[in-house]
Amino acid sequence: MTPVQIIFLLCAALILASALMVVTTRNLIHAALWLVAALFGVAMLYAILDAGFLAVVQVVVYIGAIAILFIFAVMLTRREMRDRGPQLRKDWWLAALLSLLVFAGLAFLLVTQPGVNRSAAVMPEGLDTLGKLGAALVSPDAYVLPFEVASVLLLAALIGAVYVAASKK
Amino acid sequence: MTFWSDPVNFIAAWLRGILAGWGMGAALANILLALSGIIVLVVFALVLDIFLVWVERKVVARFQDRLGPNRIGPFGIFQPFADIIKLIIKEDITPEGADKVVYNIAPVLAATAVILLWAILPLASTIYGVDLNVALLYLVATGALGALAIIMGGWASNNKYALLGAFRMVAIMVSYEVPMVVALLIPAVITGTMSVKGITEFQSGVWIVILSPLAAVIFIISAIAELGRAPFDLNEAESEIVAGFNIEYTGMKFGWFYASELLHSFTFGGFIAVLFFGGYNFFGLEKYPLLGVVIFLAKALFFYWVIMWVKYSMPRIRIDHMLAFSWKFLTPLSLALLIITAVVDKFLAPTNFYMLGMFLTNVVIAWLTIEILRAYGKRQRKAEETPVQPVAEAAHH
Repeated sequence: MTPVQIIFLLCAALILASALMVVTTRNLIHAALWLVAALFGVAMLYAILDAGFLAVVQVVVYIGAIAILFIFAVMLTRREMRDRGPQLRKDWWLAALLSLLVFAGLAFLLVTQPGVNRSAAVMPEGLDTLGKLGAALVSPDAYVLPFEVASVLLLAALIGAVYVAASKK
Repeated sequence: MTFWSDPVNFIAAWLRGILAGWGMGAALANILLALSGIIVLVVFALVLDIFLVWVERKVVARFQDRLGPNRIGPFGIFQPFADIIKLIIKEDITPEGADKVVYNIAPVLAATAVILLWAILPLASTIYGVDLNVALLYLVATGALGALAIIMGGWASNNKYALLGAFRMVAIMVSYEVPMVVALLIPAVITGTMSVKGITEFQSGVWIVILSPLAAVIFIISAIAELGRAPFDLNEAESEIVAGFNIEYTGMKFGWFYASELLHSFTFGGFIAVLFFGGYNFFGLEKYPLLGVVIFLAKALFFYWVIMWVKYSMPRIRIDHMLAFSWKFLTPLSLALLIITAVVDKFLAPTNFYMLGMFLTNVVIAWLTIEILRAYGKRQRKAEETPVQPVAEAAHH
């Protein structure tokens, strides 16, 4: 086993364990904090895959913005941080069966994929992936249209938020 | 490469030779050397931190016309060690109803978030942790971890003042992150790289503060806010919420919050130096990495002093003023500056008067900003002169 594989397994264990804790812990703030741990594990996976940009963006967006918003929303809206009541529905076995089926299907698809055992090509030293990504985002033959549409969507959301929040005088 | 010009890499090469002589594989030797490098860097940062306690106390004393610590050692330089002993032997109290695990993780995370920043600080041209190509985003990401530590500490203490302090701190961090990120983009636009080392290397010619003084000012202001130091120290406003998010922490757990705040200030002093004031560059002296380290540390200390200077000479600002200052003034200004810088940079880059043009652009923007503010102030004063129905005083003590 190569060192990268060991690190990958540790990461995967961290992600799975934290994800399990998110849904099983009864304390809502703890659930949010476990979610942070799971998201951080995903950022570590990106880092292992040499995707430094995605790793850092994962931390900025998911931990810096979304998780902190979660925690704020929970703290400001609920007096009781504990969730009482049953944690499982009556038909939980149906959901378990469905997710097992989906997992089996995905695993089957992945294993039958040609080249699943091939290791990734080594990136040439000094390849500017970030520059290429930036150029692709604004290049007309690549992703400029989705990029701009997403920008317009975000702008609309921003204006909508200001409209909703502004006090009418 | 001799010991005196570049000791770190000299020792690393020497150790690598020894490990190879013992028959160790190159990969394992590299991992061992990287680990020891990390340990040396972290220990260096933390030992510096002990020294910073003395610097901070001595400087604040001067600002307040006192002597400061002057009993233990020459100029009281061993005072921090007495402080540490006191912190360690203090009773460690965990408040009732506190969330124990989160409560104990918070100070560790706060210190980690600061020490992580040292990974991307280039101390000299050959002495740096790692040359990330997304270093500027990394700077923002570690700030997010710091905010998380503060929320965790404030919430887990089971104390309303701690929670209020944490809320305020996160409100400051979220608001001032916007102008800070935009101000960070300006060096990225000018140099064409997001690597802190690349930005420093660009500045061997001309410092970015000359090309974009406004960006430097915006960055310094939002860095002070991000640090939660006066005038933005609403998170520990003693007159309002007793002490802020770390109110329940005692002993060394409080010590970690305090130490990480000081080291955070110094580290941001370092980033101000690296991003806008040339980092380890100083008239060709950076050729010798050891001198580069000295230059970098001197610049970082200077900007740390600037941060303290602001802290100890300004009163605390009100929370609504703090938010308005970020969203209504710094954010629009930094966005306008970014757009204009990008356009001017594109047009002037091939020409001869690039430096002058960039500088003058900033001067014009600053002048326009001041004119707009003056006109706004005039309107406000005029509105105040015309008598209005007095608003019913809300505060009945």
